[in-house]
Amino acid sequence: MDLTVIWAFIIAFAVFAYVVMDGFDLGIGILFPAFEVGDARDQAMNSIAPVWDGNETWLVLGGGGLLAAFPLAYAIILPATYPLIIVMLLGLVFRGVAFEFRWRDPDHRAFWDFAFTGGSIAAAFSQGMILGALLQGVEVADRAYAGSWFDWFTPYTLLTGIGTVAGYALLGATWLIWKTEDSAQDMAYRLSKPAAVATLALMAAVSLYTPFLDGQYWTRWFEMPNIIFAAQVPLLVLILTYFLFRGLYKKQEAAPFLISLGLFFLGMAGLGISMFPYIVPDQITIWDAAVPESSQIFMLVGVAITVPLILIYTGWAYWVFRGKVGRDGYH
Amino acid sequence: MFEQFDAILLARIQFAFTISFHFIFPAFSIGLASYLAVLEGLWLKTGKQIYMDLFKYWIKIFAVTFAMGVVSGIVMSYQFGTNWAVFSDKAGPVIGPLMAYEVLTAFFLEAGFLGVMLFGMNKVGKKLHFTATLMVAIGTFISAFWILSVNSWMQTPTGHEIAANGQFVPGDSWWDIVFNPSFPYRLFHTLMATYLTTAFVVGGVGAWHLLKDKTNLHARKMFSMAMWMAALVAPVQIFAGDLHGLNTLEHQPAKVMAMEGHYDSHSDGAPLILFGIPNSDEKRVDYKIEIPKLSSLILKHDLNAPLDGLDTIPDADEPPVGMVFWSFRIMVGIGFAMLGMGLWSLFARSRKKLYDWRLLHKAALIMAPSGFVAVIAGWITTEVGRQPFTIYGLLRTSESVSPLAAPAVAASLIAFIIVYFFVFGAGTWYIMRLMSKSPHVGEKGVKSTETGPVRTAGIAPGPAQKDALSFDPKQAG
Repeated sequence: MDLTVIWAFIIAFAVFAYVVMDGFDLGIGILFPAFEVGDARDQAMNSIAPVWDGNETWLVLGGGGLLAAFPLAYAIILPATYPLIIVMLLGLVFRGVAFEFRWRDPDHRAFWDFAFTGGSIAAAFSQGMILGALLQGVEVADRAYAGSWFDWFTPYTLLTGIGTVAGYALLGATWLIWKTEDSAQDMAYRLSKPAAVATLALMAAVSLYTPFLDGQYWTRWFEMPNIIFAAQVPLLVLILTYFLFRGLYKKQEAAPFLISLGLFFLGMAGLGISMFPYIVPDQITIWDAAVPESSQIFMLVGVAITVPLILIYTGWAYWVFRGKVGRDGYH
Repeated sequence: MFEQFDAILLARIQFAFTISFHFIFPAFSIGLASYLAVLEGLWLKTGKQIYMDLFKYWIKIFAVTFAMGVVSGIVMSYQFGTNWAVFSDKAGPVIGPLMAYEVLTAFFLEAGFLGVMLFGMNKVGKKLHFTATLMVAIGTFISAFWILSVNSWMQTPTGHEIAANGQFVPGDSWWDIVFNPSFPYRLFHTLMATYLTTAFVVGGVGAWHLLKDKTNLHARKMFSMAMWMAALVAPVQIFAGDLHGLNTLEHQPAKVMAMEGHYDSHSDGAPLILFGIPNSDEKRVDYKIEIPKLSSLILKHDLNAPLDGLDTIPDADEPPVGMVFWSFRIMVGIGFAMLGMGLWSLFARSRKKLYDWRLLHKAALIMAPSGFVAVIAGWITTEVGRQPFTIYGLLRTSESVSPLAAPAVAASLIAFIIVYFFVFGAGTWYIMRLMSKSPHVGEKGVKSTETGPVRTAGIAPGPAQKDALSFDPKQAG
């Protein structure tokens, strides 16, 4: 396997790690208004307070890694989705500071709770739209984005945006089932079911819409022999769906969250089937956008040493704060 | 053409605005993380409660600062692509890996251990908690290492080649890229600046509480520690700044010409212009007050050494003189004021009046935000001094910008300005509110707000009740 493919997998891993870890953070923000002021909201917030910062670092690795490994793709995708990126960043600003500010200023707690929710929805929605904008294709000429600054706004990207909000809500709700108790957990169970239905419906809608976009998606998914491999993805989604609802009805605590992660993993695999080896669909392949080998090797050394360590100490931090969050926060 | 120019200017303003705002937070949190590590280390070594009290006092401020640093930093990792796409494409193979190393070796380290540092004392025990604090402090240092390496490479690029597609690509040795000529000076100068910035904030807060009650032992301790830092680090910083200036003279002479306001070359000793108003239209400094030959003495260590001026630089390659000239003077002025504070505190200490001289405390209070002004002024000096290039001498700013329409950049700039002033204004207000509370025995950490021992919104206890509640020796370990 050549280094460029390895780097494509590393970036995909960073994006997936981000979606897995910040997805439930953002999902808690999306669902926050449903929880009662006081104990339930505090439990929800405290369940992510020690880890949100590390979770968002994966987004920086996704962005920074794209610049480092595929600068041409970074230089095309960001201008192509400019307003969405800005909205996402400002959303993350609001929700990030809300973690501290809501405790520091009880008089304006309601406002910072609103900022937490609004910022989370804005960030999730724009992330979904960015993905949609990339899949529906961007205009490229002479190593640069050549479209106008509103090309990303279409029914398809609205669908991917809403789908991402629903998906993150599912991750958030199932995470809270695992980490909270009493009224907060009851509410999380109640929210999980509609979130799961919405996520699966939107996943299906996006999957059905995508092959009809301009591009090679139809060929990639539905022609022999690809269909034999590609068909496994929806099949596995169906199996996981069954176990997800079974888990929710049987009031399992950890399983719904882990199964929801599985659904996101399958979504990611589907994305891989749709895009590989393009990084800007039908325009720029990963080899077109890759940095020279010397840069790839230099970074690969760093990744090989640091990523295992990062996973170990991140895992340790989660371990330290394992179990139910409880009423007192992390005391 | 006109619209293109507008988009470039707006993109520059946007980058300058977002990076300046961002820089304020790490300028404080790098120094504060080290200070917290020192406090916790002293507590472990001596077992004295006062160090843990101070640790808990400052960690609340650190938590708010760090959160603002993180969210404003995420913005930066995308600013390169949104507004400077051509630069990103061309410089990506060289600077991208350095920034990736920053994320891998610094950001994850800070973020991974921050949760334990803030919330984990009772979960992991003293030793592991101290390790977490150290990791966060080391993380802030490593972060500065990589990002300043990137910035220094843009100032003094070495070790690269230019590929057929116009990209800057690494040459034979990454060592030459990372340790480019201006990097060691910039790294040291910037780190000292963050330590001084933190020292003056801590000193200012200590001074404020001494002015209210000079017997407050906690206020005394923080004031004393901060003034030691001022006395020791300010002279080192001025010396390091001088070396950094000489390095700049060697590699970026036009920047030094702008800093000095030297429009004309001097064949027989150049004067040091203390003050004046640079007039770039007429290419002279109006109303100037100057000391003959001193500039040659400082820059060449010889009174009569000839010194080139901006008349040797093509107009198209000249940096804007006014901004560089003024920001440099602000930075240097503050540096000497800091040195003065350090010396004054040594004198007071020798007279055993460190906690008594109210004028000293008032001066320290006024100087509290001076570090922030100095780092921003220094940043403007070096960044505006690099213009009109993004990669000095090789890639022009006008050739680096994204293919964006001016309205898009203008709209996002306005959004950034509104959101930043609002959000970070609120954060600064909360920090100042924390600072206005006097440090006391049995200080509570991040988990306990004014609403009681549990971090929940509830009935706020009165002041007396709060002090009674907050005295909990078990909190210390």
